[in-house]
Amino acid sequence: MNIAVCVSHVPDTTTKIRIAADKQNIEQQGVSYILNPYDEFAIEEALKLKEKNGGEVVVISAGGETSKETIRKALAMGADRGVLLKTNGFVDSISLAKALAEEIKSNGSEIVLMGKQSIDYDNSITAQAAAEILGYGCVTVCVDLKIDGTKVIAEREIEGGREVVETSLPVVISAQKGLNNPRYPAIKGIMEAKRKPIAEKDAALGKVHTVLSELKLPSAKNPGRIIGTDSSAVPELVRLLREEAKVI
Amino acid sequence: MSLKILAVLEQRDSKLKKSSFEVISKAAELASLSGGSFEAVVAASSVEDAAKAGEYGAAKVTVLSNAAFALPCSSGYAKAVADYAKASGANVLLLSNTAMGKDIAPRIAVKLDAGIMVDAVALGYEGGDLIATRPVFAGKALQEVKLTSEVKVITLRPNVFKAKVSSPGASAEVLSSAVDSPDLKERVTEIKKSEGKLDVAEADIIVSGGRGLKEAGNFNLVEDLADALGAAVGASRAVVDAGWRPHGEQVGQTGKTVSPSLYVACGISGAIQHLAGMSSSKYIVAINKDKDAPIFQVADYGIAGDVFEVLPALTAEIKKIKS
Repeated sequence: MNIAVCVSHVPDTTTKIRIAADKQNIEQQGVSYILNPYDEFAIEEALKLKEKNGGEVVVISAGGETSKETIRKALAMGADRGVLLKTNGFVDSISLAKALAEEIKSNGSEIVLMGKQSIDYDNSITAQAAAEILGYGCVTVCVDLKIDGTKVIAEREIEGGREVVETSLPVVISAQKGLNNPRYPAIKGIMEAKRKPIAEKDAALGKVHTVLSELKLPSAKNPGRIIGTDSSAVPELVRLLREEAKVI
Repeated sequence: MSLKILAVLEQRDSKLKKSSFEVISKAAELASLSGGSFEAVVAASSVEDAAKAGEYGAAKVTVLSNAAFALPCSSGYAKAVADYAKASGANVLLLSNTAMGKDIAPRIAVKLDAGIMVDAVALGYEGGDLIATRPVFAGKALQEVKLTSEVKVITLRPNVFKAKVSSPGASAEVLSSAVDSPDLKERVTEIKKSEGKLDVAEADIIVSGGRGLKEAGNFNLVEDLADALGAAVGASRAVVDAGWRPHGEQVGQTGKTVSPSLYVACGISGAIQHLAGMSSSKYIVAINKDKDAPIFQVADYGIAGDVFEVLPALTAEIKKIKS
């Protein structure tokens, strides 16, 4: 089984976002980067599939030189080799999907896994777009996955429940929290990861359709009122919600 | 450029979703601003209330119909909508950023070689261009995006844009267009509903609980208030990770980003990841013992008191005014 996992290198969730002077990026100073949390579920699922069926797990990431740290983390968890598709600056999700699809095609991967979204730009576009470009089936926001021969039965999270989706290989799956419990890299894995190969090539992004005009911070909320310290404040709270906010 | 807009609606169990009326209202507004036009489509086996789209300003709704569309079918819906858009010459497709909207919008964009912008919280028309604003880093920042492509696919965050009844009682003309060879690559075989629960992503009011509730069993205090308000139950990451609540209820950077009219945070201190996911709510109430907790920085109204004492009183007061 030839499995590809696409991962992204994103600012840690605790990051306080500041906008850089050119308004095209965030201020990098003091920001630490991590493997996108949803991608951990994708890697774990790939490793489980490999353990069951054999094959190879290749980790693909698009980005700058520093994205290699994130590829190494996936290699330390147990993936076999890495590919860095080099990009520079802002890349829209469909261009990214094209570059990933190109690489997936050349690897002949029949199962592609990635997180349901990257927690930086929060798009949730790449998996569906890559599947469409490749002509693969696709299940997004996946919380349960069974692959039997070429048959795929997956569950995806929707508003107020889950859908059971049937499709067949080849397939692109985007992983949601709950799909599995990602393993921690063991010391042995971390040592081995240093010797695993990471190929580098320029990303084949194609025609770009999206222009990022500006990043900005949301307008700060005015600090509110503390109207009491116990249940005696409840009638006043309810009055404000009805008469001032008009939300109940 | 004059806009030729296709409002892509969504149905569940043969009824239009509320978020679809938000899409129609925005399509009507943009068509009028740009001197363009709009029409609506919905992929379905049948739709009972399609004519209702008329109240929100849609003159025409076309049902892209196939018996296989009775259960959701992303590959089928995407192809049917893209084929219709190609044939009609639409240059802007508007969808709601629901589970289904998110799933099909990128596929449609690829099929139409269109640019895509998802999860807009504002969408303006300036000098012939559509400029969309969307939250990034879970709402810690906003991104303004312009699409340079000829065809544009845009999804709107549910609950942010108003569904405006512009012609009370009006009926849209409902046409049916049979989809002859649907793409059934993926098929939903079953929908497992979480029993009787409102989802945080769709709710107008959310009552959320955090570690201040001390143990899973105390979440009934949050549930009781949510019931009284007709609200959805949300949770902080800490209590989801502790296994007290399912992940579907998690609000914040690795959960759901929400913008309800009212968000009531109970025993939540307000970690940066949580604030990112809920601070765009229209009104925020915080109930927390620690008056210095960061949640009070974003709350409109706060009670710096004990959730175990305040919550039952608040639930009782709400029940009183509702009865």
